[in-house]
Amino acid sequence: MEPGGFHVDPVAPVERAVITHGHSDHARPGHRHVMATPATLAIMRRRLGDGAGGTLQPLGYGEAVRVGDVTVRLVPAGHVLGSAQVVLEHAGARAVVSGDYKRAPDATCAPFEPVFCDVFVTEATFGLPVFRHPPAHGEVARLLHSMTVFPERTHVVGAYALGKCQRVITLLRAAGYDRPIHLHGALMPLCDLYRDAGIDLGELRPATVADAAELRGALVLAPPGAIADRWARRLSDPVVALASGWMRVRQRARQRGVELPLVISDHADWDELVDTLRDVGAPEVWVTHGREEALVHQAGRMGIRARALSLLGFGEEGA
Amino acid sequence: MNRFAALIDALAFMPSRNGKIRLLVDHFAHTPDPDRGWALAALTGTLVFAEAKPAAIRRLAATRVDAELFAWSYDYVGDLAETVALIWPGGPEHGAGDPAAAPGLDEVVTALQGARRADVMELVEGWLDRLDASGRYALLKLITGALRVGVSARLAKTALAAWSGVALHDVEEVWHAVTPPYGTLFAWLDGRAGRPDAGTGAGFRPLMLATAAEEGDAASFDPGDWCAEWKWDGIRVQLAARGAERRIYSRTGDDVSAVFPDVTDHMSFDAVLDGELLVVRDGTVAPFNDLQQRLNRKTVTAAMLRAYPAFVRLYDILFEGAEDLRPLPFVARRARLEHWYEAVRPRRMDLSPLVPFAGPEDLAALRDGAREAGIEGLMLKRRDSPYVAGRPRGPWFKWKRGALTVDAVLMYAQRGHGKRSSFYSDFTFGVWRGEELVPVGKAYFGFTDAELVELDRWVRAHTVRRFGPVREVAPGLVLEVAFDSVNRSTRHKSGVAMRFPRVHRIRWDKPPGEADRLETVESLVDR
Ligand SMILES: [Zn+2]
Ligand SMILES: [Zn+2]
Repeated sequence: MEPGGFHVDPVAPVERAVITHGHSDHARPGHRHVMATPATLAIMRRRLGDGAGGTLQPLGYGEAVRVGDVTVRLVPAGHVLGSAQVVLEHAGARAVVSGDYKRAPDATCAPFEPVFCDVFVTEATFGLPVFRHPPAHGEVARLLHSMTVFPERTHVVGAYALGKCQRVITLLRAAGYDRPIHLHGALMPLCDLYRDAGIDLGELRPATVADAAELRGALVLAPPGAIADRWARRLSDPVVALASGWMRVRQRARQRGVELPLVISDHADWDELVDTLRDVGAPEVWVTHGREEALVHQAGRMGIRARALSLLGFGEEGA
Repeated sequence: MNRFAALIDALAFMPSRNGKIRLLVDHFAHTPDPDRGWALAALTGTLVFAEAKPAAIRRLAATRVDAELFAWSYDYVGDLAETVALIWPGGPEHGAGDPAAAPGLDEVVTALQGARRADVMELVEGWLDRLDASGRYALLKLITGALRVGVSARLAKTALAAWSGVALHDVEEVWHAVTPPYGTLFAWLDGRAGRPDAGTGAGFRPLMLATAAEEGDAASFDPGDWCAEWKWDGIRVQLAARGAERRIYSRTGDDVSAVFPDVTDHMSFDAVLDGELLVVRDGTVAPFNDLQQRLNRKTVTAAMLRAYPAFVRLYDILFEGAEDLRPLPFVARRARLEHWYEAVRPRRMDLSPLVPFAGPEDLAALRDGAREAGIEGLMLKRRDSPYVAGRPRGPWFKWKRGALTVDAVLMYAQRGHGKRSSFYSDFTFGVWRGEELVPVGKAYFGFTDAELVELDRWVRAHTVRRFGPVREVAPGLVLEVAFDSVNRSTRHKSGVAMRFPRVHRIRWDKPPGEADRLETVESLVDR
């Protein structure tokens, strides 16, 4: 997309980029000028250092700037801290690039706001009607129940460093879990950033696997890549859990060797995708980032003109 | 239904047997009657009602979901019940119903048991609208008879014992006298009522099992105290014929009568017997592989009855008529068994002979000479041993002949389960046929934890290809593999299959070119 000489979430370095949120498949390094919410810029600085961009231009939710002959506004997407939809207005027409989004409640970020528009660009990570995420508090209740059935085992939960980790922690706290939560080293920096942003995560401790005994019966969060490998094997008889929308499908959970699949996602499920198409009222929808065909078909059933927009570099993001 | 669904979900993902037991214990402890009893029945396969066909479920889904969306979804998920459970547009989690209105397991089972087949799908449709995705999945698996969560009747009974503190063999003794939803069983295990009457029917009586003899035990095998028998390589069974009832039970109490009519046909007596189920042709015991053709089936064809005729070699007698012989010493029971056999002469059965021996050395020679098909080694039974349920250490020993070994080359490694899920711990190995390696077996154990770490490291460093959880490794590591026997097999590329292979030693020192050849393995095949 380049209506005003800039790109949204470009996959290769560009002159001017607008970034929807800090996940690595959206916020890539090396752009000369980057515009994003202050939280997203902070996340990019934390993850990419100087690679975050030449000049960083913060744009708060709801503020409008003109770039060429296009007005740009960022609106909450409900995906992770700082995540935004990019609203573009030009010659009386409005397009919304929603990035990744969800409609389910999340104490760690501002909720999604539907924006009425002419063209809506939507993700479709979970663009099949079998993906319908259950309420997240029920999934956390299953985790806490497992901890009562296996009180001596270490429960290790795979969760992405940005967003999922902090959301799972707030869900646990909301469910009354007030013991310290142990974190794999890779998760700590972004938790600190969330806390700086005023999000209460309770007591967090580094999970030093050297003290496997101390972690007996504890709850450990780790990146999904670590839960089934060398790092986790040093824990005490771990119960391996993974918090991801993909866990809805049993075969996916089995492939990951997961004993306790937790269906907790930061992406819209099928019902949220369909509701959102209805809410934004756009007569034209571009579908990207996932399983486009089913959502394009569904849009057609709703009388919406839809087409798949295949973007290179958008793999299957686990969330 | 929600509790049952949560149990089904948790069991399905639980790799370890011990973990499954703890999940069941938690369920029995926290679920009221009769739901826990129905759950027990559903898991142990004792629930009977008109089942629904997958095609009917598919038709039902088609009334609610767009055909193309369903097709894409089914293609992705790969399981019909799971697809329908996930895609079903009703359900309380989507605001279509009140979670408190979800049907209980009792409501579902009672209604299904009373329903005519023609009315089942209408009931199911109503329930699907009131259940969440987990509940819908459990319901659909239940009504299609496809609840596969790796829980055997034995495991469920073990969990009942673990939860209640009652001994497993006591649970087994009454198991066949109680019926779903097992109110009297739970009342007893809860301590609210006495033990249910085991009855005089053809119920299963828990078996007496032998422990493996160790080096130190052998010296005490004196013919004055011990009787010896061959240890036959079949499956241990109990024959129970009481009145009109004729049952064959596996060692764990599973009723396998239906697939062995060639044995039940000849059980026109009133007794409970202990023996070994074998395939015997013209008086000769066939390899275990032949018996395997008759196991794990729901039905049996006339051709199979002809090709693999079943036979029972009798070891012991537990009841003759109504008389409980279990408290008698072994030699007294043996005398009763011999008299009984002389009088009844049942076809397709004979007596396992006692093996005379002079002393421990003689016995060791007999054991190691026992290479013919159908014999795994020796059984030693104390002359004064009563028939006691379970596996008491002391009165009975099994003394297997030494294992066979070959040097094989590691070919593939796969991630294990549970504790071992982060290690490559399942090893497929092969031997040379000309210039190529052909797989001859797979071993999961026999190495120490420390060796596992080294094996895992070796696998990671020598991987040449990956297929999902499996890694193919370069031929570079020799494993000395021990196994009990080897049979011809058409299912394996090598034409042979090992029984109970395990890693005996890791031959870090041995070049793979010096590993054994297929001809060597073939020479060990049982006749
Ligand atoms: Zn994202
Ligand atoms: Zn994304």
